[in-house]
Amino acid sequence: MAREIKYTEPELLACTAARILENKKSVFVGTGLPMIAAMLAQKTHAPELLIVFEAGGLGPQMPVLPISVGDSRTFHRAVAASSMHDVMSVSQGGYIDFGFLGAAQLDPYGNINTTVIGPYEQHKTRLPGSGGANDVGSFSQRTIIIMRQDKRKFVEKVDFITTPGYLTGPGAREAAGLPKNTGPYRVITQLGVYGFHPETKRMMLLSLHHGVTLEEAKANASFEFGVADRIEVTEPPSEKDIRILHEEIDPVGIVLKK
Amino acid sequence: MSKTRILEEGKGELIGWHDPDENREYVLKHKSRELKDKRMSAQEVVSSFIKDGDFIASGGFGHVRVSMVLIYEIIRQKKRNLAMAGKTAVHDIDILIGSGCVDRVEVAYCFGHELRGLSPAGRRAVESGRCKVVAETSNAGYQWRFLAGMMGLPFIPSRNLLGTDTLKRSSAKVIEDPWSGKPICLIPAAYPDVAMIHVHRCDIYGNAQIDGIIIEDFELARAARKLIITTEEIIDHERVRAEPWRTTIPFYVVDAVVEMPYGSHPCQMPYRYFFDEEHIGEWLKMSKSDEGAKEYFDKYVFGVKDFEEYLELVGGIKTMNRLRRVEQLREPMTAPWLKKGE
Repeated sequence: MAREIKYTEPELLACTAARILENKKSVFVGTGLPMIAAMLAQKTHAPELLIVFEAGGLGPQMPVLPISVGDSRTFHRAVAASSMHDVMSVSQGGYIDFGFLGAAQLDPYGNINTTVIGPYEQHKTRLPGSGGANDVGSFSQRTIIIMRQDKRKFVEKVDFITTPGYLTGPGAREAAGLPKNTGPYRVITQLGVYGFHPETKRMMLLSLHHGVTLEEAKANASFEFGVADRIEVTEPPSEKDIRILHEEIDPVGIVLKK
Repeated sequence: MSKTRILEEGKGELIGWHDPDENREYVLKHKSRELKDKRMSAQEVVSSFIKDGDFIASGGFGHVRVSMVLIYEIIRQKKRNLAMAGKTAVHDIDILIGSGCVDRVEVAYCFGHELRGLSPAGRRAVESGRCKVVAETSNAGYQWRFLAGMMGLPFIPSRNLLGTDTLKRSSAKVIEDPWSGKPICLIPAAYPDVAMIHVHRCDIYGNAQIDGIIIEDFELARAARKLIITTEEIIDHERVRAEPWRTTIPFYVVDAVVEMPYGSHPCQMPYRYFFDEEHIGEWLKMSKSDEGAKEYFDKYVFGVKDFEEYLELVGGIKTMNRLRRVEQLREPMTAPWLKKGE
């Protein structure tokens, strides 16, 4: 039997997310774990992954993890140092294969909240808002969401739809005027990976991480999600992945605390 | 002819909008096409260009290539009731809210510090009601407000925001596209009263060059009513003419030029200096309470006469050289917020 590899939750999330990205495709990445996952994919199975940043960084080969989606690491060895107008326009035009976002709350249709917790007028917590998330979730062919799941984050109805998922269900995106054939594709959490049912557009569990049970996943969601006919076990991070994450991507421990 | 049917309308307050003809009149009257020396000091420019209640916008990206020299001066001159574009606003808006200068914001991204976490000062102000969110939008939403502005249009059509609460709280409207018949979002133009953009170099007339990403400064510069350029260095006009393709912002949209090396500190200036994470970390720690934030301003803004004195206070050339080495990847970054439990 292979030796058990120890890994932390952020390492697991980053590796799982990285594996979903495909070589020779484009990915529009938000701040934090999405940046790490895209960098890891580029350094492993997807060397020609075209990474795109909202502030204008196009196709960089990042030397270390950026602090901001607009800092100079995001256009290090890039093919272009461009502008937000350029990036957002081509995204709207259809050039983005994957969008990559985080979320504070998520509902079963993949609608994302990053604006307020509680009612809008008397909110309990003010979060930073959309940033580029609404744009990424509107324009990308396939949006991937990476977040921690628990009963307060996986909710039947988000307090505020910052970024569109499938809205109220099948056909709702198109009816609202959003680009055709776009929408959430995967949700990656500390417990497993979810997709969306092709007809109902509701979330369904595709795989559980090593050692996680279906009951655990259900206990950490306030809504019912579908389950694939056969639940896979997520491929765990490899020693090589973990080495790259710590030595090449985040050596000072900005996200992957030491 | 049938009247346009509005399918949906955001409830957010429309700030910074003008009828395009009214703005053309402003341009004709106030924007000179004369090549004249526009150099001023930060103190002069803030006192003569920015008045209480103005709608201001900061160039760059919240903590990348922002005009900290002007932001500190705004705090020093105690400007009040400013509205600010939260067009990914990070450290720039955090200290302007924390110091009581900005009390209204239209939010694409605000109250956060990206990978450093949330902003204690900004969040305290918004959660207590001292700072009001007048509208929500997205980054592309804000960017395209400036695009419509620079084009002299009342709005620009787009396919974002649709179907969301972000739209419901924005100042955008949705109509039926007369060609495809699909719903289309209309994003209103924005003409900030004052924009402040920090650049790598420009001449005395304001012809400005930016190294690296432009973010949305191309559009913001052309949409703003008054535009102040602050620059790492002033270059000879002949250098502009020798390489005209480098000009991102031409002189005729510029109202004033302020020369200030390291003018973006503690924020990043691509290719020149990295974020001063020690200093930003100090602000994030001190701003956890109103008293701490006041102490910060007393020390770094009111305790010094100008930005040059501030630069000395934060370590002068020794600090700047270290930040240059970090920016150029010759030294790893350090930050107090990297330590566990901070």
